[in-house]
Amino acid sequence: MDQSLIIEKSIFIVIIFAITMLFAMYETLAERKIAAWLQDRVGPNRAGKGGILQPLADGLKLFSKEEFFPNTPNRFLFIVGPAVSMITALMTSAVIPWGDKLHIFGRDVKLQATDINIGMLYVFGVLSVGVYGIMIGGWASNNKFSLMGAMRAASQMVSYEVPMSLAIIALVMMTQSLSLSDIAEGQHGWRWNVLYQPVGFLIFLVCSFAETNRTPFDLAECEAELIGGYHTEYSSMKMGFYLFAEYASMFISSAILAILYFGAYNYPGMDWVADTLGANAASLIGVGVLFAKICFFIFFYMWVRWTIPRFRYDQLMKLGWKVLIPLAIANIIVTGVVILLFDK
Amino acid sequence: MTFMESLYLVAIGKGLWITLKHLFTRKVTIKYPEETREVSPVYRGQHMLMRDDEGRERCTACGLCALSCPAEAITMKAEERKPDEKHLYREEKYASIYEINMLRCIFCGLCEEACPKQAIYLTTSKVMVKASINREDFIYGKEKLVMPLDMAIRNTQMQTAH
Repeated sequence: MDQSLIIEKSIFIVIIFAITMLFAMYETLAERKIAAWLQDRVGPNRAGKGGILQPLADGLKLFSKEEFFPNTPNRFLFIVGPAVSMITALMTSAVIPWGDKLHIFGRDVKLQATDINIGMLYVFGVLSVGVYGIMIGGWASNNKFSLMGAMRAASQMVSYEVPMSLAIIALVMMTQSLSLSDIAEGQHGWRWNVLYQPVGFLIFLVCSFAETNRTPFDLAECEAELIGGYHTEYSSMKMGFYLFAEYASMFISSAILAILYFGAYNYPGMDWVADTLGANAASLIGVGVLFAKICFFIFFYMWVRWTIPRFRYDQLMKLGWKVLIPLAIANIIVTGVVILLFDK
Repeated sequence: MTFMESLYLVAIGKGLWITLKHLFTRKVTIKYPEETREVSPVYRGQHMLMRDDEGRERCTACGLCALSCPAEAITMKAEERKPDEKHLYREEKYASIYEINMLRCIFCGLCEEACPKQAIYLTTSKVMVKASINREDFIYGKEKLVMPLDMAIRNTQMQTAH
């Protein structure tokens, strides 16, 4: 492995980590501000100008709270739970293509930490392991309510992984590759996948709400029914980790949505920009476009949270197994038929 | 329910549109302390201990206001008037310490009704209690409650002018 590649990748990984943390931090502020604006009120605006320093204040508050261990025999598991959540939330960002190639320092720098050819499978694998974080947390709390919340969350996440993967199968049939960068490159200019796979996009969108435990699928942590769900017994930074992991996975989900269906870093007119301003400028604008799409999806997550009421557990299971899976399978069949018919 | 209705997509879409419209409406929050809420013209708030038309304090520390206060906000300490303070206080007993705890006061006006000397009034000054981070700042003593001397002088001048 040559030296400069190691340095380049290390710097890239640090930058990606920093951006993920920054985004997750400001998502907490965005959640409160957008929730406020949607409800005809002003959100936090006292910490710093317009509330910009609010996440720092929140972090400081969480750090200074008392570190509390409930009466549980599983202290190790109690600590490991949020750690697993956080690790899996951050691990997915390794395979996301943030932009096209950049030509700097005399070499072609690919804006992706690793380009494995089963990128999509890796993402799903990590997502599945993410369920463990919640389950371990719920179990180690030694508390009936946490366990109930964790069980419900785990079953919800597992049952919505199936239609998610089925929707992706249809996409992969179309793009002939599991690698995320191939999928991103195949959506050059206007040819975004959402135009070819609208039903798949809808299924994937609904499932990603369920995977990140966001409303309307947030019965794992709803306060009215389960006090705090799986994070009832957590305080201080472990609680902060759970919440942070939720926001980080929201960020990653938005990124995956944008990349798979909304054309990653492609935008109409990118060829013209590449010709007039150079390939580097086109790539940088592409990165900006990707972040704009991610921000839109994050806003969409929050917009839906404050609009739609929560699902009941049986309604949720019915939706996942009896509605989305047949729909996803039908999507695959139709995609297969169309591919056969139009096979050149 | 028709098939399209049971998809709930249209209903969700309509809900999202309503929420989006609220994103752009005027917010109802009053950003205190930069902005304050409007009060009606007949609002009576801030207490004041009155002086008579010779500038002497009316309050005799009888304690009826403290007795009638439903929130137990008023406390006082009485003292005897010295011979050289005859121009300061109306009667031989006066309140050396008179405190109203503004956090407890409910602005009901029962103290005003109870006072036999017409010494305490809730005035129309529209001055709100200032926000603070200490509890001590909300205990108003005599220097904040007694009518200022120049106001008493002006009142007397206005009443005796022809």
